[in-house]
Amino acid sequence: MITLFGVFLLTLLVITTVGIVRTQNLFAAIMLMGIFSLQIAAVFFILDAADVALTEAAVGAGIATVLLLGALALLDDTERRGRRASRLAAVVVAAGTLLILYATFDYPRLGDPAAPVHQHVAPWYIAETPRLIDTPNVVTAILASFRGYDTFGEVFVIFTAGIGVLFILANGADAARRSDLPSSDVQGLRHHLVPRLVGRLLMPFLVLFGLYIQFHGDFGPGGGFQAGALISAGLILYALVEGERAALRLVPQRVLTLLTVAGALLFVGVGCACMLLGGNFLDYSALSADAVAGQHLGILLVEIGVGLTVSGVLLTIFHTFAARERA
Amino acid sequence: MIGSLILDILSWALLIGGGALVFIGGVGALRMPDVYTRMHAASITDTLGTICVLLGIILQAGLSFAAIKLAAIMIFLLLTTPTAAYALANAARLAGVVPVRRAAGEGDSS
Repeated sequence: MITLFGVFLLTLLVITTVGIVRTQNLFAAIMLMGIFSLQIAAVFFILDAADVALTEAAVGAGIATVLLLGALALLDDTERRGRRASRLAAVVVAAGTLLILYATFDYPRLGDPAAPVHQHVAPWYIAETPRLIDTPNVVTAILASFRGYDTFGEVFVIFTAGIGVLFILANGADAARRSDLPSSDVQGLRHHLVPRLVGRLLMPFLVLFGLYIQFHGDFGPGGGFQAGALISAGLILYALVEGERAALRLVPQRVLTLLTVAGALLFVGVGCACMLLGGNFLDYSALSADAVAGQHLGILLVEIGVGLTVSGVLLTIFHTFAARERA
Repeated sequence: MIGSLILDILSWALLIGGGALVFIGGVGALRMPDVYTRMHAASITDTLGTICVLLGIILQAGLSFAAIKLAAIMIFLLLTTPTAAYALANAARLAGVVPVRRAAGEGDSS
């Protein structure tokens, strides 16, 4: 049954992909990409990758769609006709497809325990997590502790993205913001009663769910990335419903920048604290006399740092795009 | 024993009914002539179909934590799908989509 469902989903994925490639209307393409993300999230879930599925649903289907729409508002919404597809490109694509299809014959069967990916370091992680870190969700242990450096890098990639967007796009926006202070053109959905009421009703639940995901990451699927995406989704919903100005009054850009920086600094700080206490960088065992308790504390703090940076950056990008629209 | 049988029959009736409604909604969304009637057809899927399917699953789940989660999902869907439909219809109206009139050409479009 689940196999049938998987095949059905994958077929839909292919159809959606063809739709994305074929459509000339960029708005439709963005919507299809959101649908694509939702479908691939379902596929991840079937493969028991709940953490990845949650991330894909929150980031791919939620935030990315909103950000792309924000970007689209600044652009023309039909694709510019490019050069005619060349025959060489078709040949290269066909050859690549055949090569990949040929490679799949050597691919281990789905869920095969003897597959190389399950024989490398995964058994060690699964065997040692209860002893060394003792969190029920092994994914969180790997993400935040064993592979802390990777997560550290990811957080700083996001941090850099946020700073970059601020530097490139936010220049003229401040002046524009001051000049049209009593703006009435960007009012959100103020005059639409139904979306406004429902949006207001759902916003606290979204943020609450984000916080739950944040602090429950040790036990279930979730963690800082997903929580940051969900919390910023809640605030973006508020901005869409109440108008961007109200959202900026609620959480001003200063606070967002502060959140972004504070999250990254918290991550670095935890790492440095570990060094000062005699361990290696991001070796949380040094944080407490009891190594396992130290790991718990370190993971909690690091995840909070991730959540702060992610939500700060996503909201910054959203507001910068929106301000650009107005300028 | 009889109780569980009744529950099973009830839940399967709801599941099959819900599935049928979703199917009818899908056919309607494909066959109807314009945006508004298509949305009208799709609203069957959105509301009654989903409610039936979720109620059927709740009956299968019995009195458990899963049933509460499903009920929460149902409440959220009941709140969000009509809102989405409202936003869609409103956007269509603002974009200047005019409802098809019967006189314009008897049924059977696309």
